[in-house]
Amino acid sequence: MEAVAGERSNLAGVRHILLVLSGKGGVGKSTISTELALSLRHSGKKVGILDVDLCGPSIPRMFRVQDNDVHQCDSGWVPVFVDQDKSISLMSIGFLLEKPDDAVVWRGPKKNALIKQFVADVAWGDLDFLIVDTPPGTSDEHISTVEALRPYKPLGAILVTTPQAVAVGDVRRELTFCKKTGLRVLGIVENMSGFVCPHCSECTNIFSKGGGEELAKHAGVPFLGCVPLDPQLSQSLEEGRDFVREFPKSAAFPALAHIAQQILDGTSQPSS
Amino acid sequence: MLKCPGTSSAQAGRAAACQGCPNQRLCAAGAAAADPAEAAALRERLRGVRHTVLVLSGKGGVGKSTFSALLASGLAADEAKQVALLDIDICGPSIPKMMGLEGEQVHQSGSGWSPVYVEENLGVMSVGFLLSSPDDAVIWRGPKKNGLIKQFLRDVDWGEVDYLIVDTPPGTSDEHLSIVQYLGAAHIDGAVIVTTPQEVSLQDVRKEINFCHKVKLPIIGVVENMSGFICPKCKNESQIFPPTTGGAEKMCQNLNVSLLGKVPLDPQIGRSCDKGQSFFSEAPESPATLSYRSIIQRIQEYCDQHQFQEEKII
Repeated sequence: MEAVAGERSNLAGVRHILLVLSGKGGVGKSTISTELALSLRHSGKKVGILDVDLCGPSIPRMFRVQDNDVHQCDSGWVPVFVDQDKSISLMSIGFLLEKPDDAVVWRGPKKNALIKQFVADVAWGDLDFLIVDTPPGTSDEHISTVEALRPYKPLGAILVTTPQAVAVGDVRRELTFCKKTGLRVLGIVENMSGFVCPHCSECTNIFSKGGGEELAKHAGVPFLGCVPLDPQLSQSLEEGRDFVREFPKSAAFPALAHIAQQILDGTSQPSS
Repeated sequence: MLKCPGTSSAQAGRAAACQGCPNQRLCAAGAAAADPAEAAALRERLRGVRHTVLVLSGKGGVGKSTFSALLASGLAADEAKQVALLDIDICGPSIPKMMGLEGEQVHQSGSGWSPVYVEENLGVMSVGFLLSSPDDAVIWRGPKKNGLIKQFLRDVDWGEVDYLIVDTPPGTSDEHLSIVQYLGAAHIDGAVIVTTPQEVSLQDVRKEINFCHKVKLPIIGVVENMSGFICPKCKNESQIFPPTTGGAEKMCQNLNVSLLGKVPLDPQIGRSCDKGQSFFSEAPESPATLSYRSIIQRIQEYCDQHQFQEEKII
């Protein structure tokens, strides 16, 4: 995938590219991608999300645009916009399926071909941030995405984990993946960290506590914060609502806002 | 998109739909079709396996490995039964840790790789046993993963096994197609599908059910994990992952598959997995234990009946 010299590539107007990764599934990669996009929009940024989870795309539903289709224009595929102002745009295989329950039973080469197309052919226009949401693991999708994005110099990766050792173990492997592929680690997020009972305010660490922070220390990478288990957050993702705007008093809000702020701070400094 | 004729069809790589497909050359060369000699070798090796159950989910982190581990140890509680647990999650193997086998290595013998035994009647195989450090990442594309899965079936000395439980990664891709293809040489009783109650998970699980239909894999049933949380202090229940679209129950009704049971969130489950101890012995009276046990019993009954029907046909 070489950008033809002289021709303006579809990613030329994108200022920062970041990947959201995890070795483990179901830890909240898509949740963090979604909330990060909403928080960045809240700060007046234009954001795109590229969902490269081809077998289990969650992004369209989390923005409640799962029934939208992708259209063609001269410079490629037009992403799906979630609002009138076009402040958040999305691309996902979910928009290309005829029926939402269709299974994408594809082996690696076919997945790789689509990812290359996603990177080259989506007409993102001007974006402050492009967030790339990935499936779990360190396989075809990840290798292909990192390879295809390399000419565009991504800012780095946010790694998501839950606190328990079984998840942290897989995220250690993902750190190795980042090291081997030369992808900078922007930091680790510990998601589902503690649950505050809405009835008695007792905090229970359902998936243990502190694993993400420990890993960040051990690996010498920044720790971006703990996001608690918050039924209001799960509910608003289910219904595709703007959590950042609607629930500023909830348990998860300060943590999510803090993560977004660290990303903004990291990009506002003159880049080295 | 035009319809793919299927990798095993005579039209593979030659049909109109194959134009432009990245797999066209591979398919046209017949590489994707099963090699009969290989199928025979697999059949020979798996001859001693009586029942095979796959644990699947379209979604990650819903509890496939937790369930696989508990299913295997629950079945192995009967000392007369020989149980094997195979972990084909190549990039994120969790089984070694959950079974308390971290750091174990695979031994080689004259008859192949030997599984790592937790108990005399419970053998485990995972890529985790082949890695030298917990930081080792398996950064492999599909064909290499498929090769290892084949080796796990062909080169491991499983011996006589009553139940082979296969834990899988999330999705509907290389690992899933390969295990179904390779085990097709022997036979698969069916798949257990694990989900959590919220729609974001169910939408991926519906895809997995469609996958099963596509590859003609019978579905034993669905397990709904993380179904409600009871506060240990005030005993009130909260829906952490709210079933906004009716949860697994509604999905099972709509898709006509059976719901094997619901398992509540219990912080002790995660702790036991992290320590590599059996949740059943750590919390024998917990509602989650009772629910898991009844699910395991239903799977056992399904397998017994399945065998009975097959014997009748013979």
